[in-house]
Amino acid sequence: MSPPADAGTTQRLLPGRPVPEDLDAHLAGFGPRPILEPAAMIEALDQSGLRGRGGADFPTGVKWRAVTERSQGGGDAVVVANAAECEPASFKDRFLLTYRPHLVLDGLEHAAEAVGARRVIIYTTRSHNDIEAALRAAIRERRRRDDSDRFVEVLVGPNRYVAGEETALIARVSGHLAKPKVVPPRPFQSGVDGLPTLVQNVETLAHAALVARFGAAWFRSVGTQRSPGTALLTVSGAVRTPGVLEATCDTTVGAVVDRAGGVEGEPAAVLLGGYFGRWVSADRIWNHAIDADSLRSTGASLGTGVLVVAPTTSCGITETDRVLAYLAGQSAGQCGPCHVGLPAIAETFHKVATGRARPAALDLLARWSRDVRGRGACRHPDGAMLFLDSAMEVFAADLRRHLKQGECRYAAQPSLLPVPAIEAGWW
Amino acid sequence: MVRLRLRVDPIKCKAHGMCGELFPERIRMDDWGYPVIEPRALSDDVLEHARRAITDCPRAALWVEPVDEPGARVRPDDLD
Repeated sequence: MSPPADAGTTQRLLPGRPVPEDLDAHLAGFGPRPILEPAAMIEALDQSGLRGRGGADFPTGVKWRAVTERSQGGGDAVVVANAAECEPASFKDRFLLTYRPHLVLDGLEHAAEAVGARRVIIYTTRSHNDIEAALRAAIRERRRRDDSDRFVEVLVGPNRYVAGEETALIARVSGHLAKPKVVPPRPFQSGVDGLPTLVQNVETLAHAALVARFGAAWFRSVGTQRSPGTALLTVSGAVRTPGVLEATCDTTVGAVVDRAGGVEGEPAAVLLGGYFGRWVSADRIWNHAIDADSLRSTGASLGTGVLVVAPTTSCGITETDRVLAYLAGQSAGQCGPCHVGLPAIAETFHKVATGRARPAALDLLARWSRDVRGRGACRHPDGAMLFLDSAMEVFAADLRRHLKQGECRYAAQPSLLPVPAIEAGWW
Repeated sequence: MVRLRLRVDPIKCKAHGMCGELFPERIRMDDWGYPVIEPRALSDDVLEHARRAITDCPRAALWVEPVDEPGARVRPDDLD
């Protein structure tokens, strides 16, 4: 089967019309899922240059091979599709699962075959219960059709920022609280119930399913050398039609914003990558492609594909203040530098933002930001401080004004960056 | 000679502060009392202090590992 007509361009993962695809529609569009030898599948992933779309940008082939070598094809591995999507400004994984669940499930089956999985799991979040229902329906549909006895489990964790982190997810799936663990051991060494485990974001799995069908050369035919293929993006903030869209990685930030209807007002800054990402001033980032090489010179990365446009009529300091408070509250409470440090940092930043701090507070924030990095079991403090540092750099003049005069006139604007309600439990 | 470095398990650590007292050459305390460990490899002259910090930590949160083999723990008794 050749690629569908719209699959040569930029719409590979998302359907032309927003209609959820059942199994018949999926098979009519993509043809049956090919069966590949594990070595051939992993080789195709290597050749394709596909990298993880959950934020880490790690080469997918390398990841699958590590698990395969560990389990030695013995059928003792575990594969988990990560549909937690705990990034508050991201909707792309849920969007994909709503419209193309079977493409993700195809990718999950490829992964299970390639690494020799004993258990195959999709992990999502309690607050995404519509997604849970859609997934269960799609899995039932496949089991009715198929004589395969493979059972795909749907498991649910808390809507906590760190609950989608690999080791936290593994803890939850193994029956513990969804809190991160010290690595090593890494998931491929000892994951769910101590078995070699592959955890892969659902968008990555959907791309892998297309690589299996149409090949690595086809996958690389769009995008850039470093970031081939397409990426799902969640575009919001001061754009006319916010939402999820798919773009090749040679698309510039400006062109992505145009596809989201263009800017409403004057752009001041863009938040790229989510709450572990970076603010970059709009004029600096506008003509950069979203490919990793092109973004690197600005210090930014695509992360989870989040792109928020902050207009000149918004307050970057107030936005940052809210998100810092949220991130501080999202610490799993395990590591001192994170669960004691982040609240202290958020509180001090809030005092600066509201004009109730001494000028020395800025130096204190810079020192604390350096100090907490790399000192948690997971990267929560590192991600939060990347976000803070970028705000202090991009909004430096605003920050000094807030320090002297308190909140600016844009502080009361509706917030650009969503902050979900905090869930009580960790299971 | 295997190059070694000192690590702390940040989940186990509860800021007792013992390690900073016992091994000030390589460990300083942050503003909240948690240890910040210098990442560079341990030289021979500080191994005895490293061993003392590891064995006296009330939470058993410290360990030494080869720089090239993260997670592979060296027994404190083998440090001298």
